[in-house]
Amino acid sequence: MLDAAGAVADAGAEAYPRIVAALIRVTGDWTLAEDCAQEALASALERWPRDGVPGNPGGWLMTAARNRAVDVLRRASVERRRLRDLALLTDPEPPTGAEGDVVDDRLRLVFTCCHPALALEARVALTLRTVAGVPTADIARAFLVSESSMTRRITRAKTRIATAGIPYRVPTGPALVERLPGVLAVLYLLFTRGYDADGEPAFADEAIRLARLLDRLMPDQPEVAGLRALFLFQNSRRAARRDQAGDLLTLDEQDRSRWDHAAIAEGLTALARAGRGPYALQARIAAAHATAPTAADTDWAGIAGCYDELARLRPTPVVRLNRALAHGYAYGPAAGLTLISEARAGGTLDGYPPALAAEAELTARHGDPVRAAALFRTAADLVGSDPERRALLRRADELDR
Amino acid sequence: MRFMMFVCTDTEPDTDPDAAPDIEQWVAERDARGQRLEGSVLAPPSGATTVRVRGGELLLSDGPFAETKEVIVGFDILECADLDEAVEVARAHPMAYGGRIELRPFADLD
Repeated sequence: MLDAAGAVADAGAEAYPRIVAALIRVTGDWTLAEDCAQEALASALERWPRDGVPGNPGGWLMTAARNRAVDVLRRASVERRRLRDLALLTDPEPPTGAEGDVVDDRLRLVFTCCHPALALEARVALTLRTVAGVPTADIARAFLVSESSMTRRITRAKTRIATAGIPYRVPTGPALVERLPGVLAVLYLLFTRGYDADGEPAFADEAIRLARLLDRLMPDQPEVAGLRALFLFQNSRRAARRDQAGDLLTLDEQDRSRWDHAAIAEGLTALARAGRGPYALQARIAAAHATAPTAADTDWAGIAGCYDELARLRPTPVVRLNRALAHGYAYGPAAGLTLISEARAGGTLDGYPPALAAEAELTARHGDPVRAAALFRTAADLVGSDPERRALLRRADELDR
Repeated sequence: MRFMMFVCTDTEPDTDPDAAPDIEQWVAERDARGQRLEGSVLAPPSGATTVRVRGGELLLSDGPFAETKEVIVGFDILECADLDEAVEVARAHPMAYGGRIELRPFADLD
């Protein structure tokens, strides 16, 4: 019984987006596609424990979903052509051998869900619901809205795809270059929603799965490989980043043997194909932490160099802040504090807890524990989540001793 | 699909009219590709008349139906495969730089 349920979960995770994407392509009906894919999973849960797991679970699910769609459309007496196209849908496995210009349906689905003519929140919600198959209730919880208003939001987004004329297509040429960063930004937001202290951890896993999928489907895009590597390095620390009370631990306090070394290895493989774009640089920084045997072995000069490059590509206040911190660790707190005051010059970092925490950390290393403790307490007053607040107060208390 | 392209002014300070491409060239190219079916510049809003019938009575008022700072100054009717193609047409229009453009598909009534 358990084996059959596990087989449904495994096959579903692999086949669900492929089935939804194929049904949307043929029927043009997003809701029908999702309903039929869900019903195929439900029927597998009922039948596989009884009849045994089929030889090709993904193919079985596709056939079940397709048959369901044919039934629904026949009752709605849809024109013959669409029914015929639907009948031709078989195994969801991609064609083997030379794929040439064959675009994977899932890629089409991802690019459509992440279309810039949709609001950013709608893109994230739609990607979670349609590509990853996450239940609407879980998405609603992460966005702090009721399930019914999330249902409305997703329905509105789907309707908008049809009424605004958003194509079901992967752009090519210069349009792809223009659109890919938007898709990666949605994945990044999804990952952050999962990885944040109060996040929905399943979202981080979904983001990693989607990044793997995208990387497999677009192997010649270095930033996709970079994003995949970045997610894997960050997520490899998930089990180690809290103490038993649930409080967040800094990198140098974490037990490195608890990091997920398989994920780190996969990240390094992906990183080898990444270039020096913004995500690749962030992944290189994360890799420097992930591969240091101890905190003291961290290659801070290498990290500072990556931040220098990143600050040229993306001179955001947060990047400049992290660059200052890296320089502080690599070349001494005075160097870091100078860069922090430069990063803060515009005023955008005022009241930003990580900026205060970074300044506090470097101030402590510079030999002024009293001022450092006060800065940590100010940061704690401003921070949003309880685990982060406790971690900052703990640092302040340590300095008082 | 058919799109109504509303060409509007923009009172935000971020407009970039100096970078705007040439309108004659835009019209010539879109007409040649069959992407633009029709279009025109409109008279200023001071020439607009709003028509209503209420309780069987004809009511006319001067000015546009919505009092906004942004005004529609022209329109084009586009024939494009989808929104992506329509956006490519709109982004090449000079008023995408100096104003703003709204793309609205014709309602699908089949």
